[in-house]
Amino acid sequence: MVTTVFGFVLLTLLVVTAVAIVVTPNLFVAVMLISIFSLLMAATFFLLDAADVALTEAAIGAGMSTILFLGALALIGEHEARRRRKPWLPLAVIGLTAFTLIYATFEKPRLGDPSAPVHQHVAPWYLEQTPELMGMSNVVTAVLAGFRAYDTLGEVLVILTAGLGVLLLFAQRPARQAGRVPAFIGLRHHLIPRVVGQLLIPFIVLFGLYLQFHGEYSPGGGFQAGAIIAVGIVLHALLEGEPAGRAILPTRVLVGLMAGGALLFCGVGIAGMLLGGSFLDYAPLAADPVGAQQLGIHLVEVGVGITVTGTLVAAFHAFADRERLR
Amino acid sequence: MTFAEQLPALAVAVPLGAAPVAALLGRGSLPWALAAVASVASFAVALLLAVAAAGVDAISYDVGGWAAPYGIELRITSFSALLLLIITGASSAVLLGTKASLDAEVARGRRPYFYAAWLLAVGGLSGIVASGDAFNIFVFMEVSSLATYILIAGGSDSRALPAVFKYLVMGTIGATFYLIGVGLIYMMTGTLNLADMEARIGGVADLKPILAAVGFVTLGLALKAGVFPLHVWLPNAYAWSPHAVTAFIAACSTKVSLYVLLRFDFMVFQGSLAEHGVHFSGFLLPLAVLAVLVASATAMSEGHLKRLLAWSSIAQVGYIVLGASLLTEAGLTAGIVHMFNHALAKGALFLAVACLATRFASLALADLAGAARRMPWTMAAFAVGALSLIGIPGTAGFVSKWYLVLAALKTGAAGAALVAVIVISSLMAVWYVWRVVETAWFRVPAAGAGRDEAPLPMLAMLWLAALANVWFGLQPGLPLALSESAATALMRYVQ
Amino acid sequence: MRVFGLYNYWVFAVLLMIGLYAIIARGNLVKKLLGLSIFQSAVFLLYISMAKVEGGTAPILRYAGEPELSSNPLPHVLILTAIVVGISTIALGLAIVVRIREEFGTIEEDEIQSKVRDQ
Repeated sequence: MVTTVFGFVLLTLLVVTAVAIVVTPNLFVAVMLISIFSLLMAATFFLLDAADVALTEAAIGAGMSTILFLGALALIGEHEARRRRKPWLPLAVIGLTAFTLIYATFEKPRLGDPSAPVHQHVAPWYLEQTPELMGMSNVVTAVLAGFRAYDTLGEVLVILTAGLGVLLLFAQRPARQAGRVPAFIGLRHHLIPRVVGQLLIPFIVLFGLYLQFHGEYSPGGGFQAGAIIAVGIVLHALLEGEPAGRAILPTRVLVGLMAGGALLFCGVGIAGMLLGGSFLDYAPLAADPVGAQQLGIHLVEVGVGITVTGTLVAAFHAFADRERLR
Repeated sequence: MTFAEQLPALAVAVPLGAAPVAALLGRGSLPWALAAVASVASFAVALLLAVAAAGVDAISYDVGGWAAPYGIELRITSFSALLLLIITGASSAVLLGTKASLDAEVARGRRPYFYAAWLLAVGGLSGIVASGDAFNIFVFMEVSSLATYILIAGGSDSRALPAVFKYLVMGTIGATFYLIGVGLIYMMTGTLNLADMEARIGGVADLKPILAAVGFVTLGLALKAGVFPLHVWLPNAYAWSPHAVTAFIAACSTKVSLYVLLRFDFMVFQGSLAEHGVHFSGFLLPLAVLAVLVASATAMSEGHLKRLLAWSSIAQVGYIVLGASLLTEAGLTAGIVHMFNHALAKGALFLAVACLATRFASLALADLAGAARRMPWTMAAFAVGALSLIGIPGTAGFVSKWYLVLAALKTGAAGAALVAVIVISSLMAVWYVWRVVETAWFRVPAAGAGRDEAPLPMLAMLWLAALANVWFGLQPGLPLALSESAATALMRYVQ
Repeated sequence: MRVFGLYNYWVFAVLLMIGLYAIIARGNLVKKLLGLSIFQSAVFLLYISMAKVEGGTAPILRYAGEPELSSNPLPHVLILTAIVVGISTIALGLAIVVRIREEFGTIEEDEIQSKVRDQ
């Protein structure tokens, strides 16, 4: 009952925050609010038993997404111009969609009803078969990197595509050269945050590695690990300044990481084909069936982690390194 | 497993596996070469699949060795084989033919990313077409969409940026609507596999969440396919992207969304929802007629060549939807074969545009005066593509229009009105094509009327595409056979 | 309990509409992306809500002792994918916005349109 009430409050806060994001005329405020929105969302997911998703939402939604928004705002300014626009068309579209959605709720199964059709057909099979076929306890990891690994390959390619897109767009230097702002030098002159921050970085990276390699038994996996390691590297760049951050991981290395992770994933898939199985079939990788599955899952999760780290850091540098125009 | 059994996975794995490699190949011509080789290899795989799929109901492939509905299934039908041919064929032709145009438009520093994105677009579109799983279609839809945004923004025209932003926002809304629809169906059936959905949806078909899901899936995919009036992203996205990219995406990207719309609707909804056929036709038929008429009318007064052709594409999407919304085997055959024939015609036309752009700085009609004196071969091929677009006998465009008219006539009294629409819109097409022809042949060029043709490889590929329009106008056997068997398979789901 | 049982789905609908409103009605491109972000998050809530089982726990199995009731793992997997897709779209969108600002000097939709027309 306490959980229910807590969930109720969180959901209401989500709506309040979302309204505030739309209403505020200052984009910096809106970005801070969307970070809070993501944290509230992560807490809601946690209450709904989705530990892996909550971790991802907190790392990616509240962490990296906010950093990217702030990086963009630094280049474009934070003020939103307000104009009178005719709101009738949007309101009509929205009214119609809202009506459809509310209408659709009334024959949905209640929240948490164990006899709902969604809990009957495929899901129980995963819960029953995972220990036997995969020998691991986190069913989410087993489905993500095992049974539905093909989806996850697509997802790695989506994030690779986005990273390549950011690099492609920023490969062109801005035309007007007026008003350059010197590169960000970080917090070098602020001793306390710098020392405390530097102390945190090893622990952040260590936690990322733990998530990477313990994902079969507890919440975690390549995505969360990649995002958290990326946050550690980004923190270093924030403390030491952009040139120092770039020096340890130049763009060429980052592109290598992005492509390398995706290639590792594809390679495991193709290895399955060459060894006589189907695409992304892990069974031919080793003699012991459970061991083969675990090996395959480990390898593709490492691929995921590498690509996610590479892409997020590359995207951060792309924004942070950009010259600002007046 | 034998090589032949691996074909469905290879259709996706070849372009997607090559994409990360292309990103690592540096700023020279290597990324282009890899993209071209992978594209041609995928085309070969698509040809083999088309042969294999012709005789059977569907080729099923369990990715990872996990059987559906627990794993993800690839499912190749003759419909998907036809689409694979269009995607890989367009990609190969454009890459091999327009290197000069791409070199001029894509800056050196962008090339590795650009060609990686090209391969991701090809692989993403192939992944959508090959997949038999509703959520997997969403994932590959995002791969192909993000890659397409990059391709559009990859050139040097800054007007592409606002256009691609609009496309990104509308495309994401479309994909998210689709995701909501899939979620609602999953909620009521407990499965994500399309074939399994069809089997399980019967018991819950008339519940409100399913009805809402029908709306969300249809709307989301119609948005991505540029179905009128959800086409607003399309004209500028086509107009300001690099010319080679326009030729590629105009040939295949909206068609893939239409493919998903038809396949999802017929496979999952038509058989199990009461009255669904009536709603389907009642919703899409008027939109198709409006698309054909309004978009053609807009093209008649458009002053920029690429935007004119983009508006014509919206009208052509209308024809495809028109054929499908008749809900007869003849209508579906006409719609599906038009996907192929329109890809041929528009592919040839946009290749001609790419050739023109190598010599003309602006593609506004006013600036193209006398283009045929300067580039006679290019404009002659443009004329062949234009004849196919109008639907003159002896070209590929005629075949699909002829089948469309026959299908419309079979529907009785309303059919006559539809035939009238088709005839009127064809006359409108004559009008807007004539404006180009008139400018190019009969206007006096501003300066320098000397011969100055496009580079030979581009011209050769353009003529290959133009002649393909004639070839498939006289020998429509292969696309027609695939379309007919696709239509038969889809109609089997209708009650 | 009837109210609580559907409250998640109502919040999903409301968030979706707030996001859609920001996308359609706001002219500022960053605001549109923020709206897109809310819009996508709403769908995450739909999926995660349907996965919940009353009295269940996270789908991480215990080897010893009584098997526990678990929530449905499949929507969790799907939403992990969707979150990554979401940030990819946002990152690309932001890069485009920065380029628009550099080329046109503004990120307000109507001002950009008038500048495109002038070109």
